[in-house]
Amino acid sequence: MSIPLSPPPVAHRETHPLRRLAMAAWLRQSLQQVLPPLLGILLFLFLWALLAARSEGLPGPLVTGQAALELFADPFYDNGPNDMGIGWNILHSLGRVGAGFGLAALVGIPLGFAIGRFAFLARMLAPIISLLRPVSPLVWLPIGLLVFEAAGPASIWVIFISAIWPIILNTAAGVASVPQDYLNVARVLKLSEYKVLTRILFPAVLPHLMTGIRLAIGVAWLVIVAAEMLTGGIGLGFWVWDEWNNLNVAHILIAIVIVGLVGLALEQSLLLLARRFDYHS
Amino acid sequence: MDKFVELTRVGKHFETRKGRFVALREVNLDIARGEFVSLIGHSGCGKSTVLNLIAGLLEPSEGGLICNGREIDGPGPERAVVFQNHSLLPWMTCLGNVQLAVDKVFASRSKAERRERSEAALRMVGLDHALHKYPSEISGGMKQRVGIARALVMEPKVLLMDEPFGALDALTRAHLQDELLRIVGQTRSTVVMVTHDVDEAVLLSDRIVMMSNGPAATVGDILTVELPRPRERLALANDPLYHQYRGAVLEFLYQRQRRPAA
Repeated sequence: MSIPLSPPPVAHRETHPLRRLAMAAWLRQSLQQVLPPLLGILLFLFLWALLAARSEGLPGPLVTGQAALELFADPFYDNGPNDMGIGWNILHSLGRVGAGFGLAALVGIPLGFAIGRFAFLARMLAPIISLLRPVSPLVWLPIGLLVFEAAGPASIWVIFISAIWPIILNTAAGVASVPQDYLNVARVLKLSEYKVLTRILFPAVLPHLMTGIRLAIGVAWLVIVAAEMLTGGIGLGFWVWDEWNNLNVAHILIAIVIVGLVGLALEQSLLLLARRFDYHS
Repeated sequence: MDKFVELTRVGKHFETRKGRFVALREVNLDIARGEFVSLIGHSGCGKSTVLNLIAGLLEPSEGGLICNGREIDGPGPERAVVFQNHSLLPWMTCLGNVQLAVDKVFASRSKAERRERSEAALRMVGLDHALHKYPSEISGGMKQRVGIARALVMEPKVLLMDEPFGALDALTRAHLQDELLRIVGQTRSTVVMVTHDVDEAVLLSDRIVMMSNGPAATVGDILTVELPRPRERLALANDPLYHQYRGAVLEFLYQRQRRPAA
């Protein structure tokens, strides 16, 4: 009996089903990833279409999509202050959020550090913070209008006041929860207050701080649309109100999606940033 | 005996919500230069409190502490501490953690020399391969080595160790004890170590300070360990003297200071 020297081609045939199996598993996995959200969106669109077909004023998904295509064909036109492209409106809203939020960070972070580090200050400010924190940010709008006598600064002021609480409170909680061991290391080394701040407190607090910032920007983005509706001018909120006055409901629906998407993008980018700064102890 | 570290009638109490808690009373202890002293006792006997008092992290309620002819008032790098749970800063590499100490204590030296000191300290504890690793990337034993390197690099007058190997497994602990024996033999450091491990105390110490149970704990007895140095773990295992010391500590802990049923 002779034994063939070359290996039988069985081995080749064996890899095929295996690879096919792996392919199938991959396909199944990605399908499991993609299918449920896709199904959710389709269901939503279907219900929307159903609702729109039975209602008089509410445009359906197709009409809205058409309007969105037209809208985004030229997002940056400028026909005077009351008629600007959607891109400008988004940018103006983002600008106000950025300014108000930036100011809140500028004031809130050092204040949070001070409150966390000095118990006296914490007890001094506790009643004020507890009282003011639950107040709806929009209540501050008239105060802003009174003080600044202009809509733009007033809405930035509202953003500032709504964003500052999560920043202060999370920073302070972070400072207060820095492990005593780390501070003992600093004490044994006799580190200067500056070194303690930069080498120990700040890195230890950073994850808490990022949480505060994330919450703050979320609140800020929620509030800006409402504030702009009241103040007018230019911005997403004003745009929504304007389209309501024009009875252009499709545009209002588009605005809802835009606000959602921009909020999501802000949140996700900050989460990414937070992960970058997170250390694992 | 020259008194390098001197505790005179030291007492410490804490004010708690339930009133005053007396942790220590009438603690008298003299430690000579280059001596290795262990504090042993049941948990809650205030041995860590004694260590923290010497470190200056706590202030005594009564009595006084003197180190090298000066009263201890607050912590400082001349009394370096190896903390129980290593206390490395997680956002710095091993080298960074050691460098933080070097940059403070040897601020006047050149950058290159400071760097060399840090690397040498990590080399001494056998971690030259992990300079740029973060604490989360290394094992518990390695973390504790970095903690020891960070303390030793300050060239402290007294090295204070608070159950430095308590959280480690038995094999790693034995290994680090051997290394500590070698390092202390080299540097001739004065060491005060808190431990609850009888073998560890006998193996490493010149004297073992046995503390009575708290509250109001104090020095119960002091055992002088006259085993010749350098000491070898394996050789000691069959040394009758070693077992005699071991027996004496055990007798103190489990007969004279039997822990009330917890």
